[in-house]
Amino acid sequence: MQAINDKDLGTPARTGEPTVTLEVNGREVAVPAGTSILRAAALADVMIPKLCASDSLEPFGSCRLCLVQIEGRNGFPASCTTPVEPGMKVHTQSEKLTGLRRGVMELYMSDHPLDPFECKAGGKCELHEMARVVGLEEVRYDHHGRNHLALTVDESNPYFSFDPSRCILCSRCVRACDEIQGTFALTIEGRGFNSLMSPGEHQPYIDSECVSCGACVQACPTDALMEKTLLDKGRADRAVVTTCGYCGVGCSFKAEMRGDEVVRMVPNKDGLPNHGHSCVKGRFAWGYATHPDRVTKPRIRTRISDPWREVSWDEALRFAAAEFKRVQEKYGRDSVGGITSSRCTNEEAYLVQKLVRAAFGNNNVDTCARVCHSPTGYGLKTAFGTPAGTQDFDSVNEADVILVIGANPTEGHPVFSSIMKRRLRAGAKLIVADPRRIELVRMPHVEADYFLQLTPGTNVALFNALAHAIVTEGLANDQFVGERCDAKEYAIWRDFIVKPENSPEAVAKVTGVPAHQIRGAARLYAQGPNSAIYYGLGVTEHSQGSTAVLAMANLAMLTGNLGRAGVGVNPLRGQNNVQGSNDVGSFPHELTGYRHVSDAKVRAEFAAAWRVEISAEPGLRIPNMFDAALDGSFMGLYIEGEDIAQSDPNSQHVAKALGAMEIVVVQDIFMNETAKYAHVFLPGSSFLEKDGTFTNAERRISRVRKVLPPLAGKEDWQVTCDLSRALGYPMDYAHPAEIMDEIARLTPTFAGVSYANLDRVGSLQWPCNDAAPDGTTVMHVGTFVRGQGRFLPTGYVPTDERTSARYPLILTTGRILTQYNVGTQTRRTKNVVWHGEDRLEIHPHDAEQRGISEGDWVEIASRAGAVTLRAQLTERVQLGVVYTTFHHPESAANVVTTENSDWATNCPEYKVTAVQVKPTMRRPERLPAGQMPESVRPSAK
Amino acid sequence: MEIDRLVKMANEIGEFFAQSPDREVAITAITTHLRNFWEPRMRRAIVEYAHRDGAELKEIVRAAVLRLDPPAPLPA
Repeated sequence: MQAINDKDLGTPARTGEPTVTLEVNGREVAVPAGTSILRAAALADVMIPKLCASDSLEPFGSCRLCLVQIEGRNGFPASCTTPVEPGMKVHTQSEKLTGLRRGVMELYMSDHPLDPFECKAGGKCELHEMARVVGLEEVRYDHHGRNHLALTVDESNPYFSFDPSRCILCSRCVRACDEIQGTFALTIEGRGFNSLMSPGEHQPYIDSECVSCGACVQACPTDALMEKTLLDKGRADRAVVTTCGYCGVGCSFKAEMRGDEVVRMVPNKDGLPNHGHSCVKGRFAWGYATHPDRVTKPRIRTRISDPWREVSWDEALRFAAAEFKRVQEKYGRDSVGGITSSRCTNEEAYLVQKLVRAAFGNNNVDTCARVCHSPTGYGLKTAFGTPAGTQDFDSVNEADVILVIGANPTEGHPVFSSIMKRRLRAGAKLIVADPRRIELVRMPHVEADYFLQLTPGTNVALFNALAHAIVTEGLANDQFVGERCDAKEYAIWRDFIVKPENSPEAVAKVTGVPAHQIRGAARLYAQGPNSAIYYGLGVTEHSQGSTAVLAMANLAMLTGNLGRAGVGVNPLRGQNNVQGSNDVGSFPHELTGYRHVSDAKVRAEFAAAWRVEISAEPGLRIPNMFDAALDGSFMGLYIEGEDIAQSDPNSQHVAKALGAMEIVVVQDIFMNETAKYAHVFLPGSSFLEKDGTFTNAERRISRVRKVLPPLAGKEDWQVTCDLSRALGYPMDYAHPAEIMDEIARLTPTFAGVSYANLDRVGSLQWPCNDAAPDGTTVMHVGTFVRGQGRFLPTGYVPTDERTSARYPLILTTGRILTQYNVGTQTRRTKNVVWHGEDRLEIHPHDAEQRGISEGDWVEIASRAGAVTLRAQLTERVQLGVVYTTFHHPESAANVVTTENSDWATNCPEYKVTAVQVKPTMRRPERLPAGQMPESVRPSAK
Repeated sequence: MEIDRLVKMANEIGEFFAQSPDREVAITAITTHLRNFWEPRMRRAIVEYAHRDGAELKEIVRAAVLRLDPPAPLPA
């Protein structure tokens, strides 16, 4: 069922100028060529009855309700499948049309309850609405003949039910699955009266290939497919537009509310990142917000071995502030710091870094982007001048060649992957570079032209070989390079890249990718004409993560694939606000807008606004904080919305560092693993309980709107303000809008951003200022932000994490669709039905050598530690490589990851760990959500 | 700060910038990177190490580290 108050125009918009003028019931309307009569009529405020048509689906012409009459033509054509023509005169109402429509509706209702009280949607479904519209008051055919009314309801999906007796076979669900989601999980099975909509091959939903994106539920015009929350709670009375709190796609949603209760989350048709689509997490997995595990009262304790004591907000904040002051007095001003979170809003991240810089008086602030996309920031800023993706998501619709490397969009960024798959089905070419055979390599109606299955840790070698082939085969875009890039730097780089060691033939030995495949992919990418790179943590989380980002920038500049739609270098950000938390000054060396703290002019602006001097020295990054804690010089930490004990590498090292600190303040919605080392716990608020903004991977700033009162009584930004006040540095804001106003005043790229502007246009992509008042869709048009594009040599340096006789396999990690990061949120939802545990994927040959069978418990041991998982034998992974997800605490994947990190940013090398795998009788501890095994928890202060 | 770890990090930074054919450019880039991204106690530790011994630092990295101004003492 569509969102409440949504207007559906019947068929999708067509691009182009409105050059075709026609009349509908005497009203003149002009629309682009190719537009349906149904849509043209809707644009002229003439609503034609319809059931199988929707403006999110291509016209189908099956329901026969949208019939019209056209002057000069015979018959009653379906308006959804009839395109407009100049001068057409269309009539949508006549006695004959009414009779035809009523007859059709009568047949539909002959196999469906006519009484609206029997409708599960309370008569508010489109079917009953259309029955009213066509004036159907009784049905001549009773239910005693053959019918479908006794069919069994499929309740297998945890979030929605399918009642086939209420299905009218309009195929909207099937088409939504095909056209919007691109999974092709649904079909109409059987013929004639025996036709039934069926997931998979007559399977229950839960056993089919359905990915629970909800597109079918939203498309259904009847009460056949309905959300269980809607069935339980009843129809909403209002809707609030907000932004999803999961991945970096940043989907726009309508939170449908009934009083103070969320009934359902419906993807917003007007949302520019997602255009009305969603995934199982954003659409359905929001129940964690009111989970009983939520902590709603502040807690304190003197020692972490003491029990927690619930206290008032005032006492908790005074205690925290006093401890921070005591530690600074004892160990020095630089002995404390803070960590912001990509799960929090821009305004919250801004306040935490402001607190650190102004109230603590140092720059020891960092953010969880440190462990994911910090190399993106370094690499893209160095090459182009701005540490952000170059395009908007819709740009992919104009790509001819798509290179996906180190990303698994169907699992990690599912809504964007649906847009990408649609483009691939339309004919774009695909290159996938990944150690693992991800779904995009071959799936319904999508197949990679090149699958470069490289050895983990060899991305840079592969990029260099691609560039080598392009240069030496004369495929470089010399005009672009000559006009847009630094000639001297390019000459140095060119001398480097043509060296024999960078040739595909030489690199094949390193990467494991045959030279002819590398050359073929290089030619395809170079000749686009529009080639776009999409990448993820499989690029950044390496010891050469920043080098790899620079190498991708080199490739894009070399082939002129920058500065227009359809091209670019595009990071797929893991969390909802990775981009935003970085933008607003969360890194220890940068103030907002990526301006270095050593810049006296910038510091002076902040000093004037904040009435305090800003340190000119870069602060500690997260891994440096841990090291400094262990040497006794960093003894206090304020952590907002981040579970570093679970998410950061080498858990034992992190635990020791946290245990060494004298004051750890955790602000979160759940008592997470890090909180075990905390002296103060400040209850946080979920994305449904606060106002603010998130900035997604395409630099799009979108509003987050409060729909529920904060469970603990305060929104996160208020807590940070209160802590700062207790520290003696008052920060007074009446609303997050005022915080954004301050960010805009201090940040040239945000100068045009305000809540008023966001409310007016929906969302804005930065830079947004006088030069670009409506924001910036594509970066680096005409010139790079830094002026000339910068080529840098990107020599391949193998990681220190080498395989050996003792650790002969390489472990790499990834995500699964239904879970999110360390699972703090999604494990507290019904998503666990799809992924109850992490498993170790191992190639059958590697398994056989070790006597491992499917489902066996195995120990994965690295130089850092050992964990236990069950094995899954699959050829998705190559020989010598094993893979796991990291969503469950029992897996404790970071127990085995090492402290190797990116040379430029200290981003951990999560993606390459040498391990041995062997069968074991040991079983992991089964833990409540948010807890790690006791074995990795050292004693602490 | 654990000096072995800092030395490893500094050498990795050096390895990247040492690709420049111009030694002076490379040294300046290494120095700039350390100044821009390393917190003072990290710089202090590596500078002290370079002066004291520096044997585990690559030659070009040691040259770059020795150009770092000794950061001011820790503020009270």
